[in-house]
Amino acid sequence: MSHDRPSSIDSPFASHGQELVFRARGITKIYHMGEVDVHALRGIDLDLFAHEFVVLLGPSGSGKSTLLNILGGLDVPTAGEVLYLDHNLTAAGEKSLTQFRRDHVGFIFQFYNLIPSLTARENVALVTEISPNPMPPDEALGLVGLTERMDHFPAQLSGGEQQRVAIARAVAKQPDVLLCDEPTGALDVITGITVLEAIQRINRQLGTMTAVITHNATIANMADRIISLRDGNIVDIRRNATKLAPHELQW
Amino acid sequence: MRSLDRKMLRDLWHLRTQVLAIVVVMSCGVATFVMSNSILESLERIRAWYYREYAFADVFVTLKRAPDALASRIGEISGVSKVDTRVLTVVRLEIPTMTEPATGQLISLPSRGESGLNRVFLRAGRLPEPGADSEVAVSEAFATAHRLQLGGSLEAIINGHRQALLVVGIALSPEYIYEIPVGGLLPDNRTFGVLWMDRQTLAAAMDMTGAFNNVTIKLTGPRDEASVIRDLDELTAQYGGLGAYGRADQQSHKFIQNELNELRNMSVVAPTIFLCVAAFLLNLVLSRLISTQREQIAALKAFGYENHEIAWHYLKMALAAAVLGSLAGTVLGVYLGRGMTQMYTKFFHFPRFEFELPLRVVVIGWLISSLFAALAVWTSVRRAMLLPPAEAMRPEPPASFRKTWLESIGVVLTRSSATKMILRQISRTPRRAILSTLGISLAVAILILGSFMQDAVDYLFDAMFRLSQRYDVNVALVEATSADAVHELQQVPGVLACEGYRAVAARIRFAHHHRLVPVQGYVSQLDLLKLIDRQRRTVDVPASGLMISAELAKILGARLGDELTVEVLEGKRPTKRIRLTSTIDDFAGTTAYLQQQELCDLLDEGLSISGAFIAIDPGAESEVYGRLKEMPGVAKVVISRSTRDSFRRTVAETIRRMRLINLIFSCVISIGVVYSTARISLAERSRDLATMRVLGFTRHEVAWMLFAELGLLTLAAIPIGSAIGYGLAWTMIKAADPELFRLPLVVEFDTYLFAAGVVLMATFFACALLRHHIDRLNLVEVLKSRE
Repeated sequence: MSHDRPSSIDSPFASHGQELVFRARGITKIYHMGEVDVHALRGIDLDLFAHEFVVLLGPSGSGKSTLLNILGGLDVPTAGEVLYLDHNLTAAGEKSLTQFRRDHVGFIFQFYNLIPSLTARENVALVTEISPNPMPPDEALGLVGLTERMDHFPAQLSGGEQQRVAIARAVAKQPDVLLCDEPTGALDVITGITVLEAIQRINRQLGTMTAVITHNATIANMADRIISLRDGNIVDIRRNATKLAPHELQW
Repeated sequence: MRSLDRKMLRDLWHLRTQVLAIVVVMSCGVATFVMSNSILESLERIRAWYYREYAFADVFVTLKRAPDALASRIGEISGVSKVDTRVLTVVRLEIPTMTEPATGQLISLPSRGESGLNRVFLRAGRLPEPGADSEVAVSEAFATAHRLQLGGSLEAIINGHRQALLVVGIALSPEYIYEIPVGGLLPDNRTFGVLWMDRQTLAAAMDMTGAFNNVTIKLTGPRDEASVIRDLDELTAQYGGLGAYGRADQQSHKFIQNELNELRNMSVVAPTIFLCVAAFLLNLVLSRLISTQREQIAALKAFGYENHEIAWHYLKMALAAAVLGSLAGTVLGVYLGRGMTQMYTKFFHFPRFEFELPLRVVVIGWLISSLFAALAVWTSVRRAMLLPPAEAMRPEPPASFRKTWLESIGVVLTRSSATKMILRQISRTPRRAILSTLGISLAVAILILGSFMQDAVDYLFDAMFRLSQRYDVNVALVEATSADAVHELQQVPGVLACEGYRAVAARIRFAHHHRLVPVQGYVSQLDLLKLIDRQRRTVDVPASGLMISAELAKILGARLGDELTVEVLEGKRPTKRIRLTSTIDDFAGTTAYLQQQELCDLLDEGLSISGAFIAIDPGAESEVYGRLKEMPGVAKVVISRSTRDSFRRTVAETIRRMRLINLIFSCVISIGVVYSTARISLAERSRDLATMRVLGFTRHEVAWMLFAELGLLTLAAIPIGSAIGYGLAWTMIKAADPELFRLPLVVEFDTYLFAAGVVLMATFFACALLRHHIDRLNLVEVLKSRE
């Protein structure tokens, strides 16, 4: 599928009529790595809508993590503008970005980033303690099916269990958006599926706008929309007509 | 408890051995701070109380004899608020339990309950009754040394008459907190004591009825001192005044002040060393922790934790270490402080002197240690705070290594890759390598500081007792007599040799400066006394002209060839200008020397002596002492051996104790620094080391990689620490009042060897502790983990 202006908001695959959550225009990000400049993003336009499940697809180095970090207020673009509802994230300072993350965003990372010195329940509590409207940590762990292992330390949990704790930690604050960076990247197939099921359940039950980064094209089949990136550009945005359940995915 | 706090506690627990090292070093810092400052405050407070409550005088003067009527004229001097006159005399004491003679300072007590100055504190019994001939109160230290109790008796030779004395009181005085005879350095409570007697009784025995020979004065204000001293000297000159002096020159006060100054110096130096080392260790551990937790920090930030919350989280860890260290340090400080106080009570006699722990000192100690901790970790914490979360998500880029500068300029140090790794590791983290080296070198320095006192005192001991004082007994006569008296002493069976000398008190002036000093008249080439300088060279009294202590020349601002004014304060009180022809760089005090004949000429008397040095046949000591006791002309007998023994007992004991404490402190520091540095190196390179193990290196070879680095740092630290130790020793020497002591700055080679040996042992010990961790490197786990 080829498009002259693949990153246009006028794409026929955009979800018109729904509430616009993110509106990004002309995002460019340049990293200075020692003596070389790396163009991670080269002027991206993108809209994301409430309740949708989006997959960002692309090989490593395509700029998907950078894009996700900018949407989540972890990073700011070198040029361009990002709006979250009516907040301008690009104009926001460090303090209001922190507030934005605290109130609205849940993150899930490839390597879980759990605090090894805290138990599963405590890792979740770490976030609920600073959130305005959290669910109890136990309930969040229940959502990911980890009620039994709440008092285990990360080192006592399998990779999949650790990632489910990370999901519980991300959703416990009842975020408006859930951003997942290669959530199954470090997991085997079966474990990966349970993790994806947990993410999908959150998206469905809580209506949280969810963006998942992956380089695994199969996972894209569970998304509402699939956005493909390469070399810092969006090369394709596709609406997925037949959403599959995670257990139906084959890779 | 908040989850973040729970994380903090568990992180601390996880790092417990390293935290322990920090806490121990920090506690040593707080302990030395609490100890020295508490003692300093306690000493200052008790001294101020004692001086105030027991009316310690401001100005003192001894004279030959003045009528009571002079007292009211002294009272009229402007600036004088209170005058007290007394009768004093130095007497020979005879104690039944002691073969050798002892010396007593007899002081009169006001007869009719007048509230005089320098009041006596009664520990037990009562003061002598007016008119009761034989009653005395005895200084507590002397009474203790001789187990004298109330009702006990002793004999004194007062004005040539033997008198039996009955002990009715045990007392203390603010004038004799440090109880030494005039011109003494170290207390020997066996051979010197202070006794108080009723004024009438003592005056009668001394033919001083209606007269006095000592005046003490309370000033209206401290600014009047100089003018009062001037007026007082003028007024007492015709009565044989020996020159008035203020508190600063009062013997006991001077020694206490010197001790306080040294204590103040220590209260800064020691805590600073420990807290700097603790700060370095804390910096090491926390910056490592923060760099390993960068992804956790990123996650926390991603969830919306604010920068200052992250900073506070890590800062709290540092503060927790500071609080633990302060807690342990306060306990240790109290313990050490009690010990020090015990030691002080041997030297300084107060009505009561107990270790007190002022809350203020504790609070300041805690604040300082917290401040050090916070500053130590501030840059790391700031880095954590400013770490952009998106960047922190990515693992830290591999450390960049380059060839060491030696390699890059073409010096081929080695072909071994392992050795190259060691050298490059050190050169990649130069700041840490430098700080580790500095930390270990402080351990070396502390050892040198603790041991050099021993060297200096051994040196002094050797100079004083082997080279200088070759006599067994130094006898002071009641009055100067013809030099023929030497023959009389020589006739005493058991006396091997006897050499007389003439000594007078004088005031030496040059330009605006003046000092009260003893002038010693010696013949050239005395056999029983050699004048020794700080280089342990024998110095002779010049053939003509005056020789003075180099320190005195400095105080007066006089140079060789200058004419100094010598005002003799005895006899006919002649004044003469004498050319300064020599100086002697001696160890203690300020003294002037003349040829005996020249001094006698100045005094306008034939060749006379006021004392003699005597060598005794070791088998005949008690007979000689017995004979000396019988001689009415003998005022005072100083036995070289007693001085030496008391020197050993007091000073040597104190120094041994300090040395042991320093040894422990130094081990704490070196083990702490080496172990912490090594733990961090191991943590940073566990992946490299595990890789090497996978490649086929043995555990031994891998351990060597780490130990060689530590060994290099320790070896580098030894010369640096030696230099720092020498510098610290210099500051210690400088802290002492040069008018009292001029300890030589002697650090023997053995001391350096000892310090190096101890630190190398500590390094070895730290390596042994670490070996265990290296052997447990989990090869598979290390290679799998992302860090």
